[in-house]
Amino acid sequence: MGETTAEALSCQEVVELVTSYLEGALGREEHARFEEHLASCGPCRVYLEQIRQTIALTGRVTLEELSPATERDLIQAFHSLKR
Amino acid sequence: MQPSATEAFDELAALRSGDEAALLALVRRHNASMVRVAQIYVGNRAIAEEVAQEAWLGALKGLDRFEGRSTVKTWLFRIVTNIAKTRAVREGRTIPFSALRNPEHVPEPAVEPERFRAYDDPRWPGHWAVKPQEWPEERLLAEETLAVVTKAIEGLPASQRTVITLRDVEGWSSEEVCNALELTETNQRVLLHRARAKVRTALEGHLDG
Repeated sequence: MGETTAEALSCQEVVELVTSYLEGALGREEHARFEEHLASCGPCRVYLEQIRQTIALTGRVTLEELSPATERDLIQAFHSLKR
Repeated sequence: MQPSATEAFDELAALRSGDEAALLALVRRHNASMVRVAQIYVGNRAIAEEVAQEAWLGALKGLDRFEGRSTVKTWLFRIVTNIAKTRAVREGRTIPFSALRNPEHVPEPAVEPERFRAYDDPRWPGHWAVKPQEWPEERLLAEETLAVVTKAIEGLPASQRTVITLRDVEGWSSEEVCNALELTETNQRVLLHRARAKVRTALEGHLDG
């Protein structure tokens, strides 16, 4: 954590900018301020890493499968359309 | 997974020739998301399934008119959204657009304000008071941790749940999500931000201590 100047971001601001940062949606100046803060703030680096881990874990979630009945209905409709 | 341009072309040709396997593959790839997107508009799961069904039929009927100017996926979800909106109106449901369109109106901090020092703190205003702790790798990979993530996603408001599911579970691009849900980039990002923050908080509750 560096000495807070008028321009420096606080940790509370950093956590709200994390998604924009990861999406590449920060302006050039804001991006620089974000990275400047990270460089000197261990806890915010941990936070960013946790968000990355959260995204990776979410990617491992499996979604519910389609019921065989729904599939059957659709296939049937497909054939009747083609006839 | 995103099919390549050639694959997409072959897929379209197969569908047009009445290839059942091609249809089944497409249905398996998209139907669950179609139901999820429809549910945002119509609210209830059973009606959302009907909407998805209707969308498939509409898509199949319109297959010959599809000009390939967008991807099959974008085209499909546009059909879903249109049918879902019509259906929502018919059901007398006011579309929960306030939540989708103006997510910023209700402030929801990513991290509880109590975790930070006050802004009048003489030394570290707005800095961490209770710092996040690194998560132990082996617990992160445990099955029960994945269950915590699933439960946290299920507990999210519908708009946030849909966005995080499409983006982080299914791997859609932000552009695809914006198109399917008719969201601006900014609102999509706000919903994603809140959803991820809540899942992180749930993980922290599980992994700390």
